[in-house]
This record gives sequence, structure tokens and C-alpha cells, in this order.
Amino acid sequence: MSVKVSMKVNGKPVSAEVEARTLLVTFIRENLRLTGTHVGCDTAQCGACTVHMNGRAIKSCSIVAMQAEGADILTIEGVANGNGTLHPMQQAFKENHGLQCGFCTPGMVMNALDFAKGHPNPSEKEVRESLEGNLCRCTGYHNIVKSIVAGARAMAASK
Amino acid sequence: MYAFEYHRPSSSKEALDLAAKKSEGKFLAGGQSLVQAMKLRLSSPSDLIDLGSVSELKNLKVEGNTVLVGAMVRHAEVAASPAVQKAIPALAALAGMIGDRQVRHMGTIGGSLANSDPAADYPAAVLGLGATISTHKRKIEADKFFKGLYETALEPGELITQVSFPAPKRAAYMKFKNPASRFALVGVFVADFGGNVRVAVTGAGACAFRQPDMEKALAAKFAPESVANIKVKSDGLNNDLHASPEYRAHLITVMAKRAVEAALK
Repeated sequence: MSVKVSMKVNGKPVSAEVEARTLLVTFIRENLRLTGTHVGCDTAQCGACTVHMNGRAIKSCSIVAMQAEGADILTIEGVANGNGTLHPMQQAFKENHGLQCGFCTPGMVMNALDFAKGHPNPSEKEVRESLEGNLCRCTGYHNIVKSIVAGARAMAASK
Repeated sequence: MYAFEYHRPSSSKEALDLAAKKSEGKFLAGGQSLVQAMKLRLSSPSDLIDLGSVSELKNLKVEGNTVLVGAMVRHAEVAASPAVQKAIPALAALAGMIGDRQVRHMGTIGGSLANSDPAADYPAAVLGLGATISTHKRKIEADKFFKGLYETALEPGELITQVSFPAPKRAAYMKFKNPASRFALVGVFVADFGGNVRVAVTGAGACAFRQPDMEKALAAKFAPESVANIKVKSDGLNNDLHASPEYRAHLITVMAKRAVEAALK
């Protein structure tokens, strides 16, 4: 059965006729062609599909698109500034070499952005706990943690 | 995932009417277990009745000595609620330990209880605090709610509306996590209501269960040493690649002791 789904993605209203069983991540990647949101495990373990729904980090492989009906979605494509300069969190990942192969990075950044809102000056331990839902198969956690600590501070400083 | 028909009621009455008509349908709460089960084709409901727009199920409040959590309240909301943190800190702490950040933003108490995963955290709090589960037609005591593996006292089409937790004198939850899934290998919730003590275990059996010998010992003296030497029988406990029944039995004692220590802090 097809249904009409409408939401705001990165500030733009979008809608489409989709099958009811379409996952949010499938809608984002295949209908909207926003392929920065990744599918790593498809079993809710890896967090590569993390996006924000109404300001909170969620796993877009774990809900159907219809659950986001009317919601405000932010994907990695909507994070950088309009003029092409990177968001402070993205900049921190760049400066601290917070990625190796880069596959997990969009999910890491999206989770980190939400986490940093409530933690302007996080400890390494808090950051590691916050990453429970994100896996890096390069096991490059050390620099990811450094990036998020730096990014959270930069976000707080730029307020 | 098999195809299904999607419904988005805006009231619980509308949701119940739909459920009455669609006997092979299921309520969809946060979807953190159900959507995954459907993707694996372990579950194939004909209809999904999404409760996401039913605002009457989203209330979270503290009235006197009771914490009232609506069925659609997310784990992250319970964990971050100053009122819950004050009334039953152990409950807020437990909600903050469920899954991971992203899962806590979607997952709900009603979904967790209706699913009754053997390793879920909320059942330990519900049983440990002697909560009452309200549905659209009755109230079910925690002691009568959990029936077995993914099995509860809920009837087909019955909708959880709210869970009410009485505030204890002190309580704590200790969880030995599976490091990969963050589910409880064993979790123990200890609550002291002043003479009356409840000890509930999750992760170890088919569903959450109480530990009467520990409750008796703790009622006599609420101290870690009261449970430290209680040996739990491994009969009937879960056996999987993560832990043997004997190991889980051992962990129950260790986690109970740590929970008592934490409750006394």
C-alpha cells in the first residue's frame, strides 16, 4: 500500500508517495537522493544512519518514514553553513583527523551535534558514553573522541 | 519487511477502534524493537497502528509519591526529567541506561513493556517498584504482568495507557551490560519501601522475576552483606553465547549486592 509522506528535510518541505514499509533512511537516500546518511548494519547497532528528528538524534534505519510525518529532519547535508564553510563540529573532525575511512562519520557528527547541545565542555568519558550507539569499524575512536570534545567547545564558544 | 497497512490515529479511542477491526494488526510505539523485528521478518503484522500522534499517552508527571509515565513517553524524557530524578532517582537512571542515545530518543515505556524482551531494563523497574500498568480497560499489577518470553498479561488489542510507580524510600538498579548490544546480561533492581523490600531481576530468565530470598534478607537488614552470600539457583536461567545459566546466577548476587550499595549511597 502506498502512502503520502511529508516532512521538512534540511529546512525544505518534501513529500512523496512511498510504500508504507519504506524506512526513513530509504526515503532519505533513495527518494531524496541525500546519500550522506549511511546504512552500515541495518540492525540499529552502528549509528551510521543517525539523523535528527525534531532536534534529537535518532537512527533512521529503525523507523518507517511515516513515523517522521510532519517532522523536521536534519541530515549531514544540512549541517554546513550555506556559504560552504564547515560547521564547528565538522571542522573539529577535520582538524583532529576524526575519521579514517569516513563511513561512520556522518552518523558520528550527527550524534555529536545533538550531544554537544547539552554538553558544552564534555569530558572524554562523557563523549565515549555518548557514542554507545555509533560504531567505527576502523576502530578510530581516539581521534573521534578528541574531535567531539573540541567540536563541543567550539560550538559553545561560537554561541 | 513484509508490506502492511499504516494507520495514524490521533486519539487512543481511534487507535482502539482500528485495533478491534484489524485482528492481525499491531500498535507501533517507538518502533525500536518492532521495526527491527519486522525487518528480520520475525514479525509481520497486517496493519501498523502508529501511536506517535496520540498526545494523551505522552504525559509524564509526579503526583505526590507517585510517578506517572504515559505509555508513549520516551526513555530520554524519563531520564532527563527533574521531577522523576527527584522522586525516584533510580528510575531516571535506569531509563538513561537503556540502549543508546538514539534509541532512548525513540523508545517508549509502553513499547518496552508490551514487548517484554527478556533483557529489557524497564521490566526490572516495574517489578522492582511494584508499579501498576494501566490499560484502556483495567489496571494490572506488575506481579501479574510478565508471563514469559515476550509474553505479558495483555490481551489482543489491549492498549497500555500509563504506568504508575510508587516512590520507595531508596532504590537502585545495577546492570551488567552485554558490551555489544547494551542489553542487560543481568540487571537487578532493588527497592526499599521501609521494611518491605523488592528485588527484581531482568536479563536472566524468560522474563523479569523477583528474588524472594533476597527480599527477605534485605527486609531484615538492608545492607550489601545480607545478599552477598545468597546463592541463586541456575535452573531455568537463560543460556546463550553471551553467558551460561551458572554465570547469570552468579551475576544476580553480584548485581544485587552492588544495587544495595548504590541505594545506600
